[in-house]
Amino acid sequence: MSHRAGTAHLAGALSCADLLAVLYGGGVIQIDPKKPQDSKRDRLIFSKGHAISALYAALAMTGFFSEKDLENFNEEKGYLPEQPSPGCAPGVEWATGSLGHGLGVGLGMALAGKIHQQDYRTFVLMSDGECQEGSVWEAAMFAPRHQLGNLVAMVDFNKWQATGRSPEIMQMEPMADKWRSFGWEAREVNGHSVAEIHQALTAPWANDRPLAVVAHTVKGKGVSFIEDDNNWHYRSPSVEEIEKAKGELGLK
Amino acid sequence: MRNAFADEIRKIAVQDARVVMLSADIGNRLFDKFKTDCLGRFFNTGVAEANTISMAAGMAATGLRPVCYTITPFITARCYEQIKVDVCYHEQPVVIVGTGSGLSYASLGATHHSLDDLALMRVLPGMRVLAPADAMELRSCLQAAMKANHPTYLRIGKKGEPVIFPEPPPFSFGVWSRVKEGAGVTAILACGNTLPIALEASKLLAAEKTAPEVYSCASVKPLDPKTLSRLFATCKKIITIEEHSLAGGFGSAVAEWKADEACESKTRLIRLGCDDRYLHDAGEQDHARIAYGITAAKIVDALRSN
Repeated sequence: MSHRAGTAHLAGALSCADLLAVLYGGGVIQIDPKKPQDSKRDRLIFSKGHAISALYAALAMTGFFSEKDLENFNEEKGYLPEQPSPGCAPGVEWATGSLGHGLGVGLGMALAGKIHQQDYRTFVLMSDGECQEGSVWEAAMFAPRHQLGNLVAMVDFNKWQATGRSPEIMQMEPMADKWRSFGWEAREVNGHSVAEIHQALTAPWANDRPLAVVAHTVKGKGVSFIEDDNNWHYRSPSVEEIEKAKGELGLK
Repeated sequence: MRNAFADEIRKIAVQDARVVMLSADIGNRLFDKFKTDCLGRFFNTGVAEANTISMAAGMAATGLRPVCYTITPFITARCYEQIKVDVCYHEQPVVIVGTGSGLSYASLGATHHSLDDLALMRVLPGMRVLAPADAMELRSCLQAAMKANHPTYLRIGKKGEPVIFPEPPPFSFGVWSRVKEGAGVTAILACGNTLPIALEASKLLAAEKTAPEVYSCASVKPLDPKTLSRLFATCKKIITIEEHSLAGGFGSAVAEWKADEACESKTRLIRLGCDDRYLHDAGEQDHARIAYGITAAKIVDALRSN
């Protein structure tokens, strides 16, 4: 997708791919791909909109639309823009791209669920750089006060942002303790261990507290020459690089 | 105005279970009756306006009708990007209410003045902008805003504004109320709480050839194209008046309309409002209005001069 469309942000998409695989492929998110507007569905706000190609792929692989449609990523007049627009594709809940909005929006959906007495859950996937936005912490302070046990925040903590290592730019650590001190149940996982992610998202927690899952990830995970190299925040791969990556990932 | 707002939104919410109030730490005891009459639908969202707006958008997307309320600069400029992206881009029916607008909080300084909110809100695609003149017109505007299925910004005052309308007047988006007849050669288009100033000026000019018609222009976006067409075809002078910057506000919107729709018109358009500076003096609303030239005397001078 990144090669065909000539788009950036491939590495940030790869860092959260395993989280999405567990959410959608592991049956964590309860949503019928044939009824993406069902009012009782679980919701995912994919707040790091720059990495939306990862969500498009996950949605296509779970039947929200066809995998063939992924070839239209970022095509003119297509419905899979480089960063999502409102209602662009089935399963895309929110248009993101400006960081720091997703948690507040997801919080509103979770609170509405409580008011409507519906038991759906709202998941919000954020980047670590995004957690530098003050609005994230406004939302973080509100959710526990209102006992929103139906809200799950996930941080794709790949330790990079656009221009450098995130912990060198801002005081990111202790990330999990930040959420804990705000009143959240916080769990830390290896963000590339399917079992750990699944356990963190499904093991019970107090229903009067929101859950934060801090996933330690590697930017560009799965492709040796992309992993932990921040040039891939901007680059898209060449034909040769795609072949090499496919070989490493065991894809045809 | 804010008491009328609290009373009217409570009445609407009693009838409509989708309505939720999000107050960003303002309205001490103002919403007590709302809280008891609409149990579980009032949220004090704290000193956290960005989250208030994002949350409202998320709530609207799941079928609720949120109303976000606090002092104007903090519910407009402070959380502007959330309004742009989460409310307007997603076309969510969130009603944003700024209280103490314009120079209502004059004595608290420029941090509490809102002389840019009309400009900020009207530039957002899909956003409707309302500035009622008094507590009665506010009730009509709020009812219309809550019935509509659009992002809407409502700019209201504080307390003790003169009441002009004896009861809530008929209101539609894009239609202004004529509150005073005139001699047909001049008109004053008053935005929001400046209507009493316009009426005072019209009184002083009542016996003259230039006795102005006076309009309450609560619908700032959309404007009232029918009234504008008629006035720019018949009047020698039209004055706009607002407690807002001359850049980008109501008078600017009228000037834009004239440039686009009535460029041949010989009507002279005069805009009264705030010039390009912050006010540093201490003083109440009347003092600030004089400092910016938002007065009946200025209107009278402008209409009498050649």
